[in-house]
Amino acid sequence: MSVGGLLVYHLNVNVLGRAALRVQRWQAERKAATGVSRWKGEYLAPPLKIAPRTKELVARHWLQGRYANLHRKVAWVTSGAPIELLKALDFYVLYPENHGAICGTARVAVDIATVAENAGYSRDICSYARTDIGTMLSGKTPVGKLPKPDLLLACTNICQTVLQWYRVLAHHFNVPLILVDTPFVYYDEATDHAIEFVKRQLEEAVPIAEKVAGKSLDERKLKQAARLSKLASQLWLEIMERNQHQPAPISAFDEFIQMAPIVEMRGDAVTVDFYAAMLKEVDDRIAHGISAVKNEKKRLLWDNLPIWYRLRYLAELLGEHGLALAASTYTNAWGELAPLIDPERPFESAARTYIYPILNRGTGHKLATMKRMVEAYHLDGVILHSDRSCKPYSIGQIDQRDRLIRDCGVPALLLEADHNDPRAYAEEQAANRLAAFIEMLE
Amino acid sequence: MTAHGTKGRMAQVCALGIDVGSTTVKIIGVDAEGNLAWHLLEQADPRVEDQVERLLARAATLPLSSPPLAGGTPLVATGYGRKLVRQATRSVTEITCHAKGIYRELSHGGTLVDIGGQDSKVISINSKGDVVDFSMNDKCAAGTGRFLENTARRLGVPLERLGQVALSALEEVSISSTCTVFAESEVISLIAHGIAVEPILRGLHRSLLKRVVAMIRTVGLVPPLMLSGGVVQNQAIARMLEEETSETVIVPRYPQLMGAYGAALIALEQAN
Repeated sequence: MSVGGLLVYHLNVNVLGRAALRVQRWQAERKAATGVSRWKGEYLAPPLKIAPRTKELVARHWLQGRYANLHRKVAWVTSGAPIELLKALDFYVLYPENHGAICGTARVAVDIATVAENAGYSRDICSYARTDIGTMLSGKTPVGKLPKPDLLLACTNICQTVLQWYRVLAHHFNVPLILVDTPFVYYDEATDHAIEFVKRQLEEAVPIAEKVAGKSLDERKLKQAARLSKLASQLWLEIMERNQHQPAPISAFDEFIQMAPIVEMRGDAVTVDFYAAMLKEVDDRIAHGISAVKNEKKRLLWDNLPIWYRLRYLAELLGEHGLALAASTYTNAWGELAPLIDPERPFESAARTYIYPILNRGTGHKLATMKRMVEAYHLDGVILHSDRSCKPYSIGQIDQRDRLIRDCGVPALLLEADHNDPRAYAEEQAANRLAAFIEMLE
Repeated sequence: MTAHGTKGRMAQVCALGIDVGSTTVKIIGVDAEGNLAWHLLEQADPRVEDQVERLLARAATLPLSSPPLAGGTPLVATGYGRKLVRQATRSVTEITCHAKGIYRELSHGGTLVDIGGQDSKVISINSKGDVVDFSMNDKCAAGTGRFLENTARRLGVPLERLGQVALSALEEVSISSTCTVFAESEVISLIAHGIAVEPILRGLHRSLLKRVVAMIRTVGLVPPLMLSGGVVQNQAIARMLEEETSETVIVPRYPQLMGAYGAALIALEQAN
């Protein structure tokens, strides 16, 4: 890292960038103070007061990323990767999946994914992977510029696609790839030897990461990163659990937007502060009787990833009928493992935490989670997004739907779409299914 | 226009239902008891709004509407074009409307299969007439009337004779594609191999019905099995669905009108 590079970084990120983002936040806060929603305000609550801060936080994260190569080492990681180790070694951590979601909400994912498709990557591959590979090949991104990775970390606890995806990245960028293989948990508990297997992989990853970072791992910093991860995840879980209140103070649509920090800034102190403030706002909402859907009549569960490019449409459509999306298995996945994190035993607890994500467990476990959520959140129905891109999340949904109807007595809808690729989504058919489902609930 | 009712007695029309489908547009008038008074049916025009206006104007002048329809007669719209019916007091999905219509017509619940031009639905109806679950075809045309229409065009068989020709076949060719586009290629290839039209057509029906049966399984078959939608005019559909499910299939008097009828019944409830 040259002195000139450091100066450029600090000037752009900490001086100009910080000031510009702060001004944007103030402007957004002033606008938000009017209480007018861009989304249909007659049915939906005003946006969360914290939203401008989220935007500032996320924009700052990507701005840091833009200049990160001048300043520090960069790691690209999968969403379920054990990043505490990288945080302790001062890596800038970038999540291609989050970047994919940003491309989805900015409606540029298809344009970018087409670059990958033209290079021979099949449309049957996950749209996040195609978006990422498209960015890798073309440099196209709505966040300005992505930093080149110095290290890649892929963990198989979310899917097997990452195995191939990250090999493509490793080949393209010619950088080391750490692969953490998390054996699938078929039954209630992971076996001791499976946890030991993951733990050993994490320990073996240390010298590789240290070599790239050019420094030794400081165990105190590792414990601190684990502590911060745990605190933020706990707060996030508490925020979501506040939605057990009737009417729900926030919706899963709010959670989809507000979850960015827990995914991409886990292990940072700023993330803990952010969610503490958000929890306070959610409590304020409950105290003042503010609900996400103004006239909440029924409460629903969402299963699977969001349909990033149709968030507003779905929020407004459901809100118009008094339907609150009170919970989602997807956002829940970023909080439910908080109790497993033990900062005093960072390797063992990371092995345990990262082996148990919902996608690394059987379909029966997901069904049990949904049933528990239906009860705890007092839900009246379930929408299962059958996501063409995410097979591990979508497999078993037909049976899960049947069991939810049979065992919980709630109607359930299978909605076909794709989290990032609108070409696999037919609005008219989706609207018709949703309308019929809404009539059924009414 | 077709009049219904008994002994030519004029029925006072109290509510209207319109089903703007992908292939046909149907409008129905019901009396105060919810009996079907008359209906009009036309092939769907791409200029939906003009067609609806024309149909409503015709309906208003019908001699069977006694007294003639006033502008305030409640009207519920259903079908794909339902949102384009400005005159409607409400728009309701075909799922709810078909269930409503068939329950009134047959006086019992069960599993309703509605095969339309653009989509197919399987609707589970409880003993009170409420929709308890439903399933629809995927984003593509597999399992819909369009599947037969497209592939039959290749065989040069008129639409109204499709069922008859299929049932006349002594043999059946297996069509493995459920995708309409792939099935069409498969049909071309079979013709090129000198296979006769009848077994191909029977195979096409089988392919469509297997897709429909898969949807029935999703919802779970609770007898009796009922059938509605325009495609039901094709007599091979009911016959072969019985073969596939080993269940007796009940077809209402006017299978094509059940959506519009249900819409009119909902309009009547609203008026009351």
